[in-house]
Amino acid sequence: MRRGLSAFNMTAVALGLAFLYLPIAILVIYSFNASRLVTVWGGWSTRWYVALWNDEAMLEAAWTSLRIAFLSATAATILGTLAAVVLVRSGRFFGRTAFSGLVYAPLVMPEVITGLSLLLLFVAIEADRGFWTVTMAHTTVTMCFVAVIVQSRLLSFDLSLEEAAMDLGCPPLRAFLTVTLPLIFPAVAAGWMLAFTLSLDDLVLASFTTGPGATTLPIRIYSEVRLGVKPEINAVSTVMIVVVAVGIIAATLISKRGVVAR
Amino acid sequence: MNGSSDKTRPLLRFEGVVKRFGDVPAVDRVSLDIHEGEFFALLGPSGCGKTTLLRMLAGFEQLTEGHILLDGQDIGDVPPHRRPVNMMFQSYALFPHLTVAGNVAFGLKQEALPKSEIESRVSAMLALVRLEGYGGRKPQQLSGGQRQRVALARALVKRPRVLLLDEPLSALDRKLREETRFELVELQQRLGLTFIIVTHDQHEAMIMADRIGVMNRGQLVQVGPPSEVYEQPNSRWVAGFIGDINLIEGRVAATGPQGTEIKSETAGRLHAAQPADVSLGTSVWLAVRPEKVSIAAHAPEGSQTNVFAGKVADIGYLGNSSLYKVKLDNGLVMTAVVANRTRLLERPIGRYDRVWLSFPSDAGVVLTR
Ligand SMILES: Nc1ncnc2c1ncn2[C@@H]1O[C@H](COP(=O)(O)OP(=O)(O)O)[C@@H](O)[C@H]1O
Ligand SMILES: [Mg+2]
Repeated sequence: MRRGLSAFNMTAVALGLAFLYLPIAILVIYSFNASRLVTVWGGWSTRWYVALWNDEAMLEAAWTSLRIAFLSATAATILGTLAAVVLVRSGRFFGRTAFSGLVYAPLVMPEVITGLSLLLLFVAIEADRGFWTVTMAHTTVTMCFVAVIVQSRLLSFDLSLEEAAMDLGCPPLRAFLTVTLPLIFPAVAAGWMLAFTLSLDDLVLASFTTGPGATTLPIRIYSEVRLGVKPEINAVSTVMIVVVAVGIIAATLISKRGVVAR
Repeated sequence: MNGSSDKTRPLLRFEGVVKRFGDVPAVDRVSLDIHEGEFFALLGPSGCGKTTLLRMLAGFEQLTEGHILLDGQDIGDVPPHRRPVNMMFQSYALFPHLTVAGNVAFGLKQEALPKSEIESRVSAMLALVRLEGYGGRKPQQLSGGQRQRVALARALVKRPRVLLLDEPLSALDRKLREETRFELVELQQRLGLTFIIVTHDQHEAMIMADRIGVMNRGQLVQVGPPSEVYEQPNSRWVAGFIGDINLIEGRVAATGPQGTEIKSETAGRLHAAQPADVSLGTSVWLAVRPEKVSIAAHAPEGSQTNVFAGKVADIGYLGNSSLYKVKLDNGLVMTAVVANRTRLLERPIGRYDRVWLSFPSDAGVVLTR
């Protein structure tokens, strides 16, 4: 018997992919629609991309989102890596179980609740809501994802490598930076990419924690869509999809390379 | 540092060293002196605490009790990166993101030596371990034997006061392992360094070491040169761990300068040349190595001390020698190993043949434990 895809498997794969990607495909195709009416195909055109280019508010929102994503991903990567190192390395210490639970909790916590509690916190400490509060909110949540990714890599890391570095005269911190960090770097980079894309497409947390003057791209799109879908939204969504896809593909490739190099 | 000025002071001294993980002692009251230029082997079964002892010396484990002195200085509070000892890890622990030369240079870079000196020392070291031309490779591109030599070079290039080797040969195949044993000894003598090697293989320890420390369940049970540990084991456990042994139980009937007389209910009268430091009537074991037992098809004439009659139960042909397992009339099984010097025995001893085993008085050791 030929080992290939049976008709049934083929259909299942086709339906599955269609279910996942047909809406996105339609969105991408309609972003090149010449017609002003979203549901009517009027031929190919890039006019909505041109319109997007001239839409200052939309570009401003995109720029805000990119900056927030960059800063929060970087902070989350540093904090998440530190948390992972502590959880894997330090054995038992007072409050370890609580700490690891606290690191994982935001992964399963409904975003609405996280958002609301952060909002209450920012109100309580009278922080000016805006760019920095959104960045902090994103750092809080995405840090957990980084911690999980880095932790799984650290678990399979041969501790004797770091010990060998110390044995050869390297102080502990330098041993971590010159031996451990380069070797777990793929996981750290993958964590950063994931944190970046999570921040970029977050609507809920940003809505709760932002203030006037710091509108992120998802918030902007969402508020425009409520007034009716403009083809321009399709264009900006397509750009977002490309950015996120590149990020995810890069993260996958980097962590694959890490596996091969090991 | 010049630790060799005082010839009588040991380079390294363990004083009542204890390491407990939880309540379980992994290393139990170990006291030991190691001298400059010595090749010392820690020998013991897996899990007896050898690695833990080495790791305490390297600084990766804190002592629960006791002291470790290097050149007379207590190094208990010195962190690993400041100890003048280097370790070759059992897994080699080569840095996969660095080249062979990068691995070897790693330790020298920590000392902030000038670049030219690092380069010349690295290439000299690579030449010493016969890895010239491999400097640019990654460890993953090397064979097991080559990796082992990189690990050795990386530790040696630091010119340690003591080099610690944790099962350095266990990952190699048999042929390579046997060659490497001699290479290591030769290297140690040429460089005049102090080596402490950990192994569970008694042949390895005996071939390489000047002295062996036998460990069991965290305790150092006997220390001495290989021949002493083999010929004069101080317990049944050591005797059995270092090679094969025949043990015959009995009670001391007489002891003095003329030797020790042992009466065994099953094996008759036994005699050992050495006096035993025990009172009469004490239960002891006479330990005899199989190669010291002779086998004959006739009852020996004269004294019937240390003579046993029995039937050959099994014969093992080992090439250079043959091994006879003999079931004695008293129920014991004894082993005799006889060198195959001549090609043909006039009348070879076969299975189920009636034979007589005997050994001279100086062949047996009286053991009380
Ligand atoms: N970090 C540790 N935590 C708990 N137990 C340990 C640890 N390291 C070693 N042990 C225990 O100590 C004993 C001695 O181990 P080890 O020194 O590795 O033995 P060896 O090297 O002789 O095989 C073993 O029973 C082992 O399980
Ligand atoms: Mg070990």
